[in-house]
Parts: sequence; C-alpha cells; structure tokens
Amino acid sequence: MEAPHLLVHEHADNVGVVVVEGLRAGTRMLCCITADNSTFELQALADVPIGHKIALKNLKAGDTAIKYGEDIGKFVADVDEGGHVHVHNLKTKRW
Amino acid sequence: MASRHSNMTFMGYRRDNGRVGVRNHVIILPVDDISNAACEAVANNIKGTLALPHAYGRLQFGEDLDLHFRTMIGTGANPNVAAVVVIGIEPGWTKRIVDGIAETGKPVAGFSIEQNGDLKTIMDASRKAKEFVHYATELQREECSISELWVSTKCGESDTTTGLGSCPTVGNMYEKLLPEGIYGCFGETSEITGAEHICKARAINEEVGERWYRMWKAYQDDVIEQFKTDDLSESQPTKGNIEGGLTTIEEKALGNLEKIGRTSKYIDILEPAEKPQSGKGLYFMDTSSAAAECVTLMAAGGYVVHTFPTGQGNVIGNPIVPVIKITANPRTVRTMGEHIDVDVSGILRREMTIDDAGDALIDMIVRTSNGRNTAAEALGHREFVMTKLYRSA
Repeated sequence: MEAPHLLVHEHADNVGVVVVEGLRAGTRMLCCITADNSTFELQALADVPIGHKIALKNLKAGDTAIKYGEDIGKFVADVDEGGHVHVHNLKTKRW
Repeated sequence: MASRHSNMTFMGYRRDNGRVGVRNHVIILPVDDISNAACEAVANNIKGTLALPHAYGRLQFGEDLDLHFRTMIGTGANPNVAAVVVIGIEPGWTKRIVDGIAETGKPVAGFSIEQNGDLKTIMDASRKAKEFVHYATELQREECSISELWVSTKCGESDTTTGLGSCPTVGNMYEKLLPEGIYGCFGETSEITGAEHICKARAINEEVGERWYRMWKAYQDDVIEQFKTDDLSESQPTKGNIEGGLTTIEEKALGNLEKIGRTSKYIDILEPAEKPQSGKGLYFMDTSSAAAECVTLMAAGGYVVHTFPTGQGNVIGNPIVPVIKITANPRTVRTMGEHIDVDVSGILRREMTIDDAGDALIDMIVRTSNGRNTAAEALGHREFVMTKLYRSA
C-alpha cells in the first residue's frame, strides 16, 4: 500500500489522524482504516500538523466525537468534512 | 503447543531468592532527604555504585509512610540490585529498611548519621560499599527462560501516534509473552478515565473488575473532584499531548489502554509499589500517570524491564530498571532519535504490522535483558521519584 496521509481506527469513527508531516490544505488524502486496511480519499480543508485530527464528515456543535469506535468528547463548534479537529472545537465530557 | 517465544532465553543475574535481574547495581539508598549528601559522597568515593537521592522520608505518617517504606524496601529488593548500602539520619527507620531488603538474601548494610556525623558515616559506608562492589562484580550472568522476566509498561508524552502504533506494540508483546509466564504490569489510574468501562471489563473476573473500579473511582472522588480548578486541560492531557494532537482525556485513555492489547486480562490490583502476590500474569498498579513516579513505583514492585511508548518524546529513565522507548511518530524519530530504542513508525506508513512491531519489541527486551544499555541509560537518565500521598506532619 502507498503510505497513507490519514489513519482511522474503526469504521464507526468520525475523526482520523494525520500521519504525515507538512500536510497542506487542499491535499487529496489517502485515508486508511486500520481495523481492516480499507482505504478511501478525503480532501483536507486546512494545513494540519502530524498527529492532529481531521473530521471525516460535517459535524455540528453538540455531536459526539467517535474514535476507536468510542466516545472521546463533544464538539463545541461546527466543523466541516476535512476540517481540523482539536481543542478549539472538541472538549471532554468529564471533569 | 509451544509458541515461537517458548524457547527464548536471556542472560540474567539469578538472586538468592530465585528472582532474576537484568542489571547488577550496587546502590546507596538514603532513608530520607537529609541523607542524600552522605549517599552521594559514598557513590563518589566508590566507583561502580549508584546513589539514589530523593526528596522525602521525614515526618511522614500513616498510609503515606507505609508507601515510603514500601518504595525504599522494594527498590533495594529489586533483582536488578546486587547489594545495598542504606544511610539514614537515625538508626530506627534505617534498620527497618535494611531488614526489609535483607529478606531477599542479598548483602545489605545500614549506617546512620546522628552521633557519627556525615564524615565518619561516609567513611564507614564507603568501606562497606567497596566490599559490595567486589562481591557484585564477581557475579556471573546465567541463561534464564524468558518466562522469568517481569516487564512493566507506562506511556508518556503520548500523542495520537501512541494509540495507533507504540501502545499496540506493547499490547502485542504482552499477548505473546504473558502466555509464556512473565509478570506484566500497567497502571496510570487517572489516565484510564474515558476508558474505565473497557478497563473494568478486562479484569480476569467480576470481583477483580469491581475492585479495580472502586480504586479508579476513589481517585476521581477523593483527588480530582476535591482539588480540580478546571477541566484538567494542560495536565490531563498535558501540553505535550495537546501539541501532539490529543484533545481529550477520553481519547488519551483509549490510546493508553492499547498497551494491554486486545485479549490480555489483568489478574489482580496492586497498591503503589506493592509486590505481586497472585502468581504470573498481568497486574494493574494504582499509580500516578507522571512517568518518573510511575516507573519508580513499578520498579519497587519488582519489575526488571520497563517498556515505554512515547509519541512526542518523553526522555525519562530509571536508575535501576532499563526503560525501553518505543515510538511510532516519524517526527520524533527524526528530531530526537537518540532517545528511541524501537522505531515502529513503519506502522503509520502501513509498511510494518503490529505483529512485526511486537516481535521487534520482544527482540529489544531480550537484547536489553542481556545487557544492552537503553537510550535512557546511555544518556544518563536516572529519574527516581517518590510518590507522596499527602503533606507531611
């Protein structure tokens, strides 16, 4: 397989992780779901650093972020498919 | 059926109590903070010894004092230690630690400073330390089964690559070596938050799972709820975690828990620095998620090799236990490769499977156990940090 730009743990996830350095807005990303190595493509909307997350679909404030097939917190701002997901739009439900 | 790991061996130091060490340290152990100077002087006098200075040991009481003694005695008793000189300000607590370590059968001697002064104490302790160095340097490594290893784990400066690569690598190692009869250990109580339902279900039975849950909940109720001033952002996850792309404690916890793989079950819960008593298998130790505190506690529990997945590049080491660093983050490999023992960044490029990475880690565990210095050892990282439960009297 060609080296992917984005890895996603499970099919149920709505965010994936950038695994290359220097990803630029507009890149047509090769995305790989690690559970079964299936692939799809997605366009990045922003420059996103390695390790940071990207939304796999349009998500609204109040939606739950899913990663590892599990709840990892709630969106506190809308984010479009391909957009950067981090502390500016995602918060823990704990503490 | 014998697996391909069944016949693996390494060259270790067999101690009088039957346990096997992978290092052969002579340590100079202070009972308390004010005995650090004497211990460091002895270690300076006698080559081949190692002082373990720390910040505590005075006016502690109750459970906190019990933990202090358990950590001191456990550190001296660790099979990676050949012999111990203990120095305290007064003879009572010094003897308590000496007696605890002596149960292993290894050479140990105590010295106290009151009514002697630092200089006489340093001279007497240095003579004994020299004897211990002669003793330790004549010990020979012998062939030991992989099943005799005690391997702990804790991750640090995690990012999203740890959950994708380096933590599942440790999980794969445990899935291969726990069936061979090793002792395993994971912990980091606060850092399971968000994955507590999964961790509870990974206990060997419901009773152990309930005990685990009560321990986890007690930390939430007694410490976090009592002392928090915000949502713990910048502490859990840390600033480094956030820089690396981790956003919430739930996300961090789910990555953390990848260290026990998909099938391993833990068989018992340990207090901080407690020695496992339920036989071979995987244990959960109630620890902080701060790297040096956690590794110090697991070393005091008797673990002889530590596997440490990192994303952003935690540089921690331990004075008596080799800490093997594993990373999947290619930027960390590029910018701070001198800290990394096992590079599994190929997982992110889909060039390396988790199974390959687990084998590479097992190979590095064996090489490290045979004597290869880890990156942290070569770079002089000897973080020895006592866990304190509450303010001293």
